[in-house]
Amino acid sequence: MKIAVCVKQVPDSWAEKKMAGGVLDRASVDAVLNDLDEYAVEEALRIVEANSPTKEAGEGSGHTITLISMGPDRATEAIRKALSMGADEAIHICDAGLGGSDALATSLVLSKAISDGGFDLVICGTESTDARMSVIPAMLAERLGWAQLTFAGSVSVDLGATKVSIARLTELGIENMEANFPVVISVIEKINEPRYPSFKGIMAAKKKTITVKSLADVGISADQVGSKAAWSNVRDAVLRPARSVGIKVEDGGDGGTKLADFLAEKRLI
Amino acid sequence: MSEVLILVDAVDGRIAKSTGELATFAKAIGKVSAVVFDANLVSQLSAYAIDNVIICNGIDVTKFSPAPVAQTLAQLVASKSAAAVLITSSSRGKEIAGRLAIATNSGIITDASTIDSDLVTTQLVFGGSTTVHAAVTHGITIATLRSNSIEPIAGSGTPTIEEFTPTISDAAKLGQVISTEPVVKGGRPELTEASIVVSGGRGTNGDFKPVEAFADVLGAAVGASRAATDAGWYPHTHQVGQTGKSVSPQLYVACGISGAIQHRAGMQTSKMIVAINKDSEAPIFELADYGVIGDLFNVLPQATTAIAAKKA
Repeated sequence: MKIAVCVKQVPDSWAEKKMAGGVLDRASVDAVLNDLDEYAVEEALRIVEANSPTKEAGEGSGHTITLISMGPDRATEAIRKALSMGADEAIHICDAGLGGSDALATSLVLSKAISDGGFDLVICGTESTDARMSVIPAMLAERLGWAQLTFAGSVSVDLGATKVSIARLTELGIENMEANFPVVISVIEKINEPRYPSFKGIMAAKKKTITVKSLADVGISADQVGSKAAWSNVRDAVLRPARSVGIKVEDGGDGGTKLADFLAEKRLI
Repeated sequence: MSEVLILVDAVDGRIAKSTGELATFAKAIGKVSAVVFDANLVSQLSAYAIDNVIICNGIDVTKFSPAPVAQTLAQLVASKSAAAVLITSSSRGKEIAGRLAIATNSGIITDASTIDSDLVTTQLVFGGSTTVHAAVTHGITIATLRSNSIEPIAGSGTPTIEEFTPTISDAAKLGQVISTEPVVKGGRPELTEASIVVSGGRGTNGDFKPVEAFADVLGAAVGASRAATDAGWYPHTHQVGQTGKSVSPQLYVACGISGAIQHRAGMQTSKMIVAINKDSEAPIFELADYGVIGDLFNVLPQATTAIAAKKA
């Protein structure tokens, strides 16, 4: 079984973010592996471990996990972190022309890298913590013409039947879904507890192969991606005024009553 | 006049209020055509500003991934020369919009709080700290709108009705729904539609009873922080925050929630924010219009009793 996991380097979600020239200012903040992608890496490892004679991911398992990432040079750090969790190898699409790409261009680039690789499964997080659109997995399924099993709270793979079953958890409740290979999966953060990279894993990651590909390598021309090809644009971005400082009371035994009075005064009850 | 397609949203046979919001935004742009896959919902649609209803036949969309809905909309966009498609910003809505953008070679904007007659959207980003105005520049405008963004205007007549039978490809039917388990509902309002939301966090220690009692006296929906849903104290469908739902009610009450940036991202645009927390340094107090430093197990029952007395 060949599994691809899409990973992205994002600005640290705990950092204050700001705009620069109509796009997120990425240079001024720390960059980390999108934490929702860690669940995708973990789920890939668990699928391999459940279907491997050695009960371990890596060489000898009979399966491979390939990370696929699009991003600037420094995205290597996020890729190494995911490799240190136990993924086998990575493809890093890195090209000066990619800056400012929208979700449509991103899904195009990722889908080209995926369709070249002969994968059975592609696993993603549900969204990146920077753009937060939550559309890439569905866009990949649309572009690849594969089954879409997304927002999975659990995943099971029947290798013999080449079939994937998931429980899809959305505002509609739970939908139990299935599809045959190849499948695009996205996993929610309830699905597992991502492992911390072990020392051994960190050392091994340094020796794993990251194949860097340019736009030309994945068969995409420069005019299909980047900020010039983005099909939506920001007219302006304005910092909203900070909320005015509110009232703060210490509960001296009458905090609840005071709160009720405040809500009544504001006509909220 | 340009035509705008809106995708009808329904839960348990009831049209969601968000459909009326989409209609209200669409009305400012042009002729409003509501796309619906369940003919039983049609009678409810005259409540909103909808000019035309398109009933889509021949496919049970509840049996598949969102792909067939996106494919249907793409075919309608082509046959109607629609100027825009507006969809509610839910997990499913955004997936449909994403697939539709690819199928129609169009730009997409998600999580907008408004869209105006020139198809310019407003989004609140970075946890509500920044307002962004944006527009699609290629193809038609595909936008998903957050619910609770506008007061729906009422309908002024019976919409015209037409039927449409989409052609659904085999690829769109690949992901199949085998069975479903509906959301377990109490008598409380929907989280994203409620005008008051009361949420509990780590400070509840797993006991949501005082939070629920307070919510019920206010007629509010109950939310939870990620800490509370991760601990299994409350269903994940109630999670408010970056990886959960975004809410924007008239009143948001955070009980025993520290106010991590991930939680703030889902509630920061609430009109009025009240916080109850034992820790006077909790970051949630930076946002609160009214903060009580105290134990929620003392403050909430007292407030519940006091409000019940005021209402009596």
